[in-house]
Amino acid sequence: MGSLTKKQKNTFLRIIVTFVLLAGLIVCEHLGVFGELPWWALTLIFLVPYAIIGYDIVIKAVKNIARGQVFDENFLMLVATVAAFCIGEYSEAAAVMLFYQVGELFQSYAVGKARRSITDLMDIVPEYANIEWDGEIKQVDPDDVEVGDIIVIKPGERIPLDAVVTAGESMIDTAALTGESVPRRAAPGTELVSGCINVSGTLKAQVTKAFEDSTVTRILELVENASSKKAHVENFITRFAKVYTPAVTAGAVLLAVIPPLFDGNWGEWIARACTFLVISCPCALVISVPLGFFGGIGAASRAGVLVKGGNYLEAVSKLDTIVFDKTGTLTKGEFRVNDIRPAGCTKEELLETAALAECFSDHPIAVSVREAYGKSVDPARVANSGETAGHGVTAEVEGRQVLLGNMKLMRANGITAEPLDCAGTVIYAAADGAYLGAIVISDGIKDGSAEAIKALKAAGAKRTVMLTGDRKPEAEAVGAQLGIDEVYPELLPVDKVNAVEKLLSEGGRLAFAGDGINDAPVLARADVGIAMGSMGSDAAIEAADIVIMDDDLRKIPTVMRIASKTMRIVRENIVFALAVKAIVLVLGALGIANMWLAVFADVGVAVIAILNSMRTLRTK
Amino acid sequence: MKKKFKLEDLDCANCAQKMEDAIKKIDGVTDASVNFMMQKMTIEADDDKFDEIMDQVRETISKVEPDCRIIM
Repeated sequence: MGSLTKKQKNTFLRIIVTFVLLAGLIVCEHLGVFGELPWWALTLIFLVPYAIIGYDIVIKAVKNIARGQVFDENFLMLVATVAAFCIGEYSEAAAVMLFYQVGELFQSYAVGKARRSITDLMDIVPEYANIEWDGEIKQVDPDDVEVGDIIVIKPGERIPLDAVVTAGESMIDTAALTGESVPRRAAPGTELVSGCINVSGTLKAQVTKAFEDSTVTRILELVENASSKKAHVENFITRFAKVYTPAVTAGAVLLAVIPPLFDGNWGEWIARACTFLVISCPCALVISVPLGFFGGIGAASRAGVLVKGGNYLEAVSKLDTIVFDKTGTLTKGEFRVNDIRPAGCTKEELLETAALAECFSDHPIAVSVREAYGKSVDPARVANSGETAGHGVTAEVEGRQVLLGNMKLMRANGITAEPLDCAGTVIYAAADGAYLGAIVISDGIKDGSAEAIKALKAAGAKRTVMLTGDRKPEAEAVGAQLGIDEVYPELLPVDKVNAVEKLLSEGGRLAFAGDGINDAPVLARADVGIAMGSMGSDAAIEAADIVIMDDDLRKIPTVMRIASKTMRIVRENIVFALAVKAIVLVLGALGIANMWLAVFADVGVAVIAILNSMRTLRTK
Repeated sequence: MKKKFKLEDLDCANCAQKMEDAIKKIDGVTDASVNFMMQKMTIEADDDKFDEIMDQVRETISKVEPDCRIIM
């Protein structure tokens, strides 16, 4: 009981006192001790336990009436119990209040526990930072550290702010952020992400971002705000709750007034109306549904996936088409030169010309060409370089007009090049109108990509699609290797948006997974935008609805499983709560259900639904 | 100015919604949110009147849920 708040402890004590007192009074009643007492004396006697257990509810109810909030559960409990007193059901009146409080306490405890287990998952907030100042190490609040300061991270400590290692070597445990259990190496130059744990050695690092902009703060904010983006089901429950209470209350009034006009049995009908009032709070739904989504989001963040809202979890559970960007998502995004086929010059000359022409480009292909060349390129030898998206680059290399790119670029410039039909990206080169040869570059498939596609199918995805700027043979080879249903090759960045638009128009829910660098518009356009491998990348975190913290595609089927389980649990709760309430309402109207059953239908169902919702947390 | 507060004994999701609606109506408050799950409240309001506004917020909260307290 150590984790109870002051208020909960207080309620607990009141429950025990009332229980003992009430049990004693009920025994006396059955033994006939109160046999001859008039009604007012009995009322006074039972008012004692009633007041102990229910005074706060009465006070709240009265305050709410003063403000005109009639459909408040406190008020309805007050009406129900006062009515029970009036019709001579003294022990029931006090007992209903007692069980209502027991249920409320249990409910508040369960919500608190659920909340704690979720926040424990998100326990990535560093409490302090060690800052080096004049050779002395001081502990300060991470908020007070400024960009450029040198911090010291000892083994076992949490990295307080995003920083770059300046000295020391260590292993970093990123599990809290990525769900990945294998530690990563850190050495001078490595970027450290706040929230991760330094495992083995002491590191010195220069802070790159202030605390409020650091990864840990941004992630926490994202998760905290996630509960404000509500799923359709949640909005439905909110709307339903607004109608439910007035409707049940109206039913209670009708039940208390109309039938007795015919049979004159006021006491009996008022008793039945009271059972209605006790069930009139939609608490089970109002609490358990958001809690279920929150738990699902919590389970996802434990797996290293940030889901920005319950609405996206709902959408993921209904996904049938998953569209992937190829480079950097399905493949490693690391290009290597695999083959050099010169035409009329040496391999070295071809590679040197290509490396020079690409010297201003950051495109992965350009980087790999420069890497293959190996020597440093002198930018002074290059002039007027330009890039055409989806075609290639043009540049003036030592006075020669060099073209470097795909077949489209060659054709557009009237150069005859023999098309190579091999797996990989082929870039053709020409200088001053003469064909120089081709360089074949290929990109390795990421570990687990094929497995992820298979798991996605198992998790319910009907259709997988790959979008790429690559040529058809290369694209189809990768598609076949991964088991992807449809491949859309040779797309320019604009074409990707069009392709997704077309797939969207074919119906069904669509998710797009990309690395978030060039595909922000597509991420935004898809029903669910999934950004990959973006630990620290602002653009991707902004544009996407779901962020996979490490590079692992296999997290997508994991999220789909979490989403389906969450939706199933939420639906179970809704059906269960509504069914029990409906049955008890009917039984209550028929006079079969008493107030005890009504209290169960109210708080008992709420507690069961809360416990059920907590299962979402444990989805793997 | 935007500030975050922790809340204790915020026990009902309905009340959290009611609080949020009521706080948003306070003069000088640009935006407010009461997060039931995280037991947190975020208030965005005019700098110079912030303390005054917080008094009103406290009053509003105790009206909706008398047990709920703001932890500073």
